[in-house]
Amino acid sequence: MSIITVENLTKKFGPIAAVDGISFGVEKGSIFGFLGPNGAGKTTTINILCTLLSLTSGKALIDGHDCMKESSEVRKKIGIVFQDNTLDKELTAYENLLFHSYLYNVPKNDRKPRIEDALNFVGLYERSNEPVKRFSGGMKRRLEVARSIVHQPKVLFLDEPTLGLDPQSRTSLWEFISKLPEKHGVTIFMTTHYMEEAEICNKIAIIDKGKIIAQGSPEDLKKMVGGDVIYLKTKDNRKAIKDIKEALNLDAEEQDGEIYLSAARGDACIPTLIQTLADMVISVRLQRPTLNDVFLKLTGKAIRPEAVSGGNEIKEAIRSYRRKFDK
Amino acid sequence: MIRSDFNAIYVIVARELIKFVREKGRLISTLARPLVWLFLVGGGMSKMVSPDMGVPYIQFIFPGIIGMTILFSSIFSSISIIWDKEFGFMKEMLAAPVSRFSIVVGKALSGTAVSTIQALVILLLFPVIGLKLGIIQILFILCISIILSFCLSALGILIATFYENFESFSVIMNFIVMPMFFLSGAMYPVRLLPPVLGIFTRINPLTYGIDALKYMVLPEKKLLTQDFPLGLDISVIAVTSVIFVVIAANVFERRK
Repeated sequence: MSIITVENLTKKFGPIAAVDGISFGVEKGSIFGFLGPNGAGKTTTINILCTLLSLTSGKALIDGHDCMKESSEVRKKIGIVFQDNTLDKELTAYENLLFHSYLYNVPKNDRKPRIEDALNFVGLYERSNEPVKRFSGGMKRRLEVARSIVHQPKVLFLDEPTLGLDPQSRTSLWEFISKLPEKHGVTIFMTTHYMEEAEICNKIAIIDKGKIIAQGSPEDLKKMVGGDVIYLKTKDNRKAIKDIKEALNLDAEEQDGEIYLSAARGDACIPTLIQTLADMVISVRLQRPTLNDVFLKLTGKAIRPEAVSGGNEIKEAIRSYRRKFDK
Repeated sequence: MIRSDFNAIYVIVARELIKFVREKGRLISTLARPLVWLFLVGGGMSKMVSPDMGVPYIQFIFPGIIGMTILFSSIFSSISIIWDKEFGFMKEMLAAPVSRFSIVVGKALSGTAVSTIQALVILLLFPVIGLKLGIIQILFILCISIILSFCLSALGILIATFYENFESFSVIMNFIVMPMFFLSGAMYPVRLLPPVLGIFTRINPLTYGIDALKYMVLPEKKLLTQDFPLGLDISVIAVTSVIFVVIAANVFERRK
């Protein structure tokens, strides 16, 4: 059953269509990835689904509720981690979550245990009473993930959750996120332009210039660019090519002293290959297509994970500027 | 009003008060302005200007200085909405299942609480400038301070809804807040102004607030200090408050 249904969704800003007639469905309890370069329409779509933007035409439903007409019903069912940090840095971690639990009408007796659970889950329980301004970027992100599950949403939106984080923080954040569907029964809708991060998704839609250009499981999408490629070094390449052709009916070719062949499921193919060639094999390596290859094939350009925008630094500057003004 | 809205209003006010208590510098810095005006401007001018009926100038402007305290702290408190937009916290509130109306009311009540506290601090200076106020007078002044704070906080929210970033700050200061202050009768009786400026004082809600404060601070000098009847003052403040809140909530409700 689809918990998110989007049909022919279009959003125009003046004459420009930021999102142009997209349709997709997201299964309950799954992780759905929305992939594309910056400016492709990912955040616009999220903002429409989160009822922060109106749509121009089409339909968007969350758990059967219309995002345009029943915005307050939709809001109760969703949690959001925005692209920009939306914590109050003057408040402590606990206070930020407490504020949230009041806004989302969490029952009085549930507030404390749920907040403590969420903080525990992201490993910030020990720092509950520290002001958020002392937190690192990765900790702030984790805190936002914790905040977004305090009211037990059915759908969790993550808009570029790892943007601007160092590789370690990214890995640990994904650990928490990938546990969410199982642990808290939520459906995750995430956007990213880091292709390798989308590998944890059950289903992916690739969006470019406001249009969905492909959707399916990561495996399906990778099949679009052909299967895996196996590279072999052998004692006698010519004989190996012949043997492979005879035994497996696969065409191998030689390049730079190595032979290579493509196979739909390279990993399953390797044991047979080695059996066939017996002790001729010196080394084997397997190269699998990445989602980046898929994007490259579909659009003719690669998604570049660009450098972090200077946004945060600018905002910090504004903050100090503001303080000066206040006084 | 449903429970979720009440919770939202409560927590928005609580957040503002927590931050107000934590930033101790803020109280001192916002109190500095009225103190400078009261003692340096008021004290200095007292030697030169002497209003009729034997009221020293420093006492004449005292209600105006309370009004000024409320004006600045209410508008600044509401303009924190712009910072909330800038730093993203606004999104956290807007994405929540609470009505826009309760966000606006919560913000307006936050401004009210913070401004009233500051107005009270200034008010308690009355013995220093030789005024004698009874407890009833103080309570009435406090009541007027509360409704005036609410009105101006609501106005501040309305202003803030039209700005997306902090660069507009000096525009708001120079073209809205300062003129509002000078055209409010805080420093001189409204009736002395030329008719053109008189129009501006009449559409300025602060004028009515300060008028009511003057009435309470110097009740026996009504002829000198009062420009409008007290009933009119209070009705104007109440009606404009409602108008500001309703418009601001509607602007918030609009989705792009």
